[in-house]
Amino acid sequence: MASVVYNGTVPTPSLTGFTMPVTAAMGAFFGLIAGQSTGLGALLGIVVGAIAGAAIAFVLVTMVSYKVGRWSAIGVIGIIGLLTGGTIGLVVGLIAGALLGWCAYWLHLGGYRKSLPPYATSGQVLWHNTFKFICGLIFFFLIAPIITIIPLSFNAQDFFTFTPEMLALDPAGYSLKHYQDFFTNDDWLRPMKNSLIIAPFATIISVSLGTLAAIGLSQSHVPFRRGIMAILISPMIVPLIISATGMFFFYSQMGLWMEDNFGISKSLSGYIKVILAHAALGIPFVIITVTATLVGFDNSLTRAAANMGATPTVTFFRVQMPLILPGVISGALFAFITSFDEVVVVLFVGAAAQKTLPWQMFTGLREQISPTILAVATILVIFSIILLATVEVLRRRSERLRGMSPT
Amino acid sequence: MTDATGPMVAADGRPLKASLNRALRRQKMRALLLISPLLFFIMITFIIPIGQMLFRSVENQIVGDVLPTTVVALDAWSVKSGEAPGEEVFFALTQDLVLAAERKEHTRLGSRLNYEDPGISSLFRKSGRNVEVMGEGYAKQFDALDERWAETNTFSEILADPEWLADAAQVETAADMDRFEVNEDAATYLPRTVAAYTSFANYMIADKGKDPAKSKPWNTLHLALFEDLRAAPEITIASAYGDMLRTAAAAVPTFETETLSASFAKIDKDWLDPDVWSTIKRYSPSYTNGYFLNAIDMEKTVDGPAWRPEDQQIYLTLFWRTLLMSMTITISCILLGYPVAWLLANLPARTANLLMILVLLPFWTSLLVRTSAWKILLQQQGVINDIVVWLGLVADDNRLALINNATGTIIAMTHILLPFMILPLYSVMKTIPPTYLRAAKSLGATNWTAFWRVYFPQSVPGIGAGSILVFILSIGYYITPEIVGGTKGVFISNRIAYHISSSLNWGLAAALGTILLAVVMLLYWAYDRIVGIDNVKLGG
Repeated sequence: MASVVYNGTVPTPSLTGFTMPVTAAMGAFFGLIAGQSTGLGALLGIVVGAIAGAAIAFVLVTMVSYKVGRWSAIGVIGIIGLLTGGTIGLVVGLIAGALLGWCAYWLHLGGYRKSLPPYATSGQVLWHNTFKFICGLIFFFLIAPIITIIPLSFNAQDFFTFTPEMLALDPAGYSLKHYQDFFTNDDWLRPMKNSLIIAPFATIISVSLGTLAAIGLSQSHVPFRRGIMAILISPMIVPLIISATGMFFFYSQMGLWMEDNFGISKSLSGYIKVILAHAALGIPFVIITVTATLVGFDNSLTRAAANMGATPTVTFFRVQMPLILPGVISGALFAFITSFDEVVVVLFVGAAAQKTLPWQMFTGLREQISPTILAVATILVIFSIILLATVEVLRRRSERLRGMSPT
Repeated sequence: MTDATGPMVAADGRPLKASLNRALRRQKMRALLLISPLLFFIMITFIIPIGQMLFRSVENQIVGDVLPTTVVALDAWSVKSGEAPGEEVFFALTQDLVLAAERKEHTRLGSRLNYEDPGISSLFRKSGRNVEVMGEGYAKQFDALDERWAETNTFSEILADPEWLADAAQVETAADMDRFEVNEDAATYLPRTVAAYTSFANYMIADKGKDPAKSKPWNTLHLALFEDLRAAPEITIASAYGDMLRTAAAAVPTFETETLSASFAKIDKDWLDPDVWSTIKRYSPSYTNGYFLNAIDMEKTVDGPAWRPEDQQIYLTLFWRTLLMSMTITISCILLGYPVAWLLANLPARTANLLMILVLLPFWTSLLVRTSAWKILLQQQGVINDIVVWLGLVADDNRLALINNATGTIIAMTHILLPFMILPLYSVMKTIPPTYLRAAKSLGATNWTAFWRVYFPQSVPGIGAGSILVFILSIGYYITPEIVGGTKGVFISNRIAYHISSSLNWGLAAALGTILLAVVMLLYWAYDRIVGIDNVKLGG
């Protein structure tokens, strides 16, 4: 549907039969919220909201131009909100004004069927917009939980919901105390440090071994390719709880063996165990991303390099590596986040000395839930936004590079 | 390949075929060489641990290791007799148990058998404490007969191989002694004593680092000696100990005897219960299917496998619930993911990329963050309940129970796994040309027919790939159900974790894990068939 764009004029819909009733329904929705929060009752709120919605639609459509109409709707309803509900009323009023104004013009000027061909029936138009609305709700479902915890982490109280002060946008309702707790409390700093020790080492192991193997796998003649691939991918497919169970038995014996034979301390052997386990879990991601990058790699480049006298090592580092580097780095990021975010295996394999950040969050959530978790969660969300941006940039760069290479 | 001038040759004069083969072989070797470090690494750090877990689910050597002679003696006994086994078995049990108690192995054995028959653990603990006094009466009577019986080296002088004794005298510390070697003659007329002393001596040397000839013999040795002498063997020993033994053999019939079964019954009357013995006998082989039977709510009985009583059946319910909830989550993911994937695949690239961020951000956000977000949102005093109460949809004293039940698990896990559905669906839908849909409509199809008959069948591979991925991931989930699932919303994985860390029934945990692994492997095979494991894509 979306690819057909009709640029001609759309017939103006009926004001009293279409634009006013729909805007009134939207007004009723905001009226319900206002009625509930001010204590006037739901029914009164709905009635008043519906009348107000219809009135706004009528006034905006018949009397004022688009720009003036939008701003005046925002201003008027915002002021009404401020008078009835204080600061939070102002915010809700501004939002309601913006939406009602937009709705009235969107309906009146035919924005709702702009991306549809003019012959679309009203049923199709309705379905098209309902579909968009449903998708919007699903996107909301995806993102809302993550967004909600960000303001909650600035809560001045030890609650996990919005306090009245927060809703009134009172500065006293907000504080950085949970962040302060995170950055001063050893219960959180030590796990943070452990995570930052374990994840990079695990990443280095998975990336170095994984890249080599991916290059091997992408050669044209590899015996037992399917079987080898299945084994290398298996840490991703086998449920974590099963990997953790298996590793629990094996790694405890391995730890004792290392302590007896190499005389390393219990703490060091603990770190080695967790790092090895996490490296194994990260390998499938490296294999998948690097193999995907190598699919587009032109092998005549290595032959050309060899032809000009480069040794295989030089060829690898000067020709092949720069081209597959984006894939390697995004594989490394996947491996890093796998280790950084992993809790089941470390719970079984590690000892208290190797407690990582997710482990501490897990115990926090299961036993004594502390609001500091929200601060940690917010920091991790920002961290993942940075990671996501990096991976996106790398992916585009890789596509550009591969687009440039002769095929 | 051949013509009048012979086979085609390469530049170096070799036949071309051989030369090409060699090049191919070298190429294969190079590929394998590049792969081998990782393959080795994964083998050590992942495949072997999993294999060991599989092995542990059938392994059951502890009974045979701790009670070796009892297990052999029990062969002749059957629970059908309706009574406890005879003295011979109790004699073997005494000998095994005294060594096990010294090594502190009897409690481990007790906990192992306790999984099968609750109560056995305390039986073994109590018996381990008291078994050392058994045979004390005989020890005193032997001592009264001849003072030399009270000396620590008497037994080794009689029972040990003279060469071993001579060697043993040479070593500096007892820990360096060789394993005990028996005097072949003594073994013919004092078989039980020799066996009992061998385990005593080896325990003293290997575990304690003591010279057995300088350690006080256990009372059970006297018990064994009494049993041997009662059979009136022909004693052929030449040394001074020969007379001593013959005197003892002559005196034995007049000894005050001890009934071992009665002594055990005095420790705990459960020893006379045939069911206890039947449990020991059933679990005596080195490998057992007992853990697997437990994992599917069955148990080993005398008449073969049978269902457990109704009130003890939990695992099948749990497996069934895990499957059902994983299915619900998969279906929710399809219902929510399909429209979004469709929208993303059909919008102009710029808008689609922007909206893609909304899918990828949850994908990249820590699992713990998302789980804690849901825990906080779904609580009784959480944001969602606050909103519905505020809107007047629900009374304040009747808040929705959204957490610590199956609802909480399904909501949170649908959210967590939704990106894994959207991404494969999107990549499949991206390849479906929009012209097909328009062509169908121009030929007179309604919107629904065009979608259902033309578009949907082409998107089925995406649904298949996404569903299997989501299903595999959800079936083994542990963290989220543990935190938001309460008791009604937990999966089989939570039970596995419980057996690993709390009940310590590792064999059962391994058996449950093996069953789960088998299910996942089946799905993995299906995934490989439908999508191909090489085609897994991450992050679009």
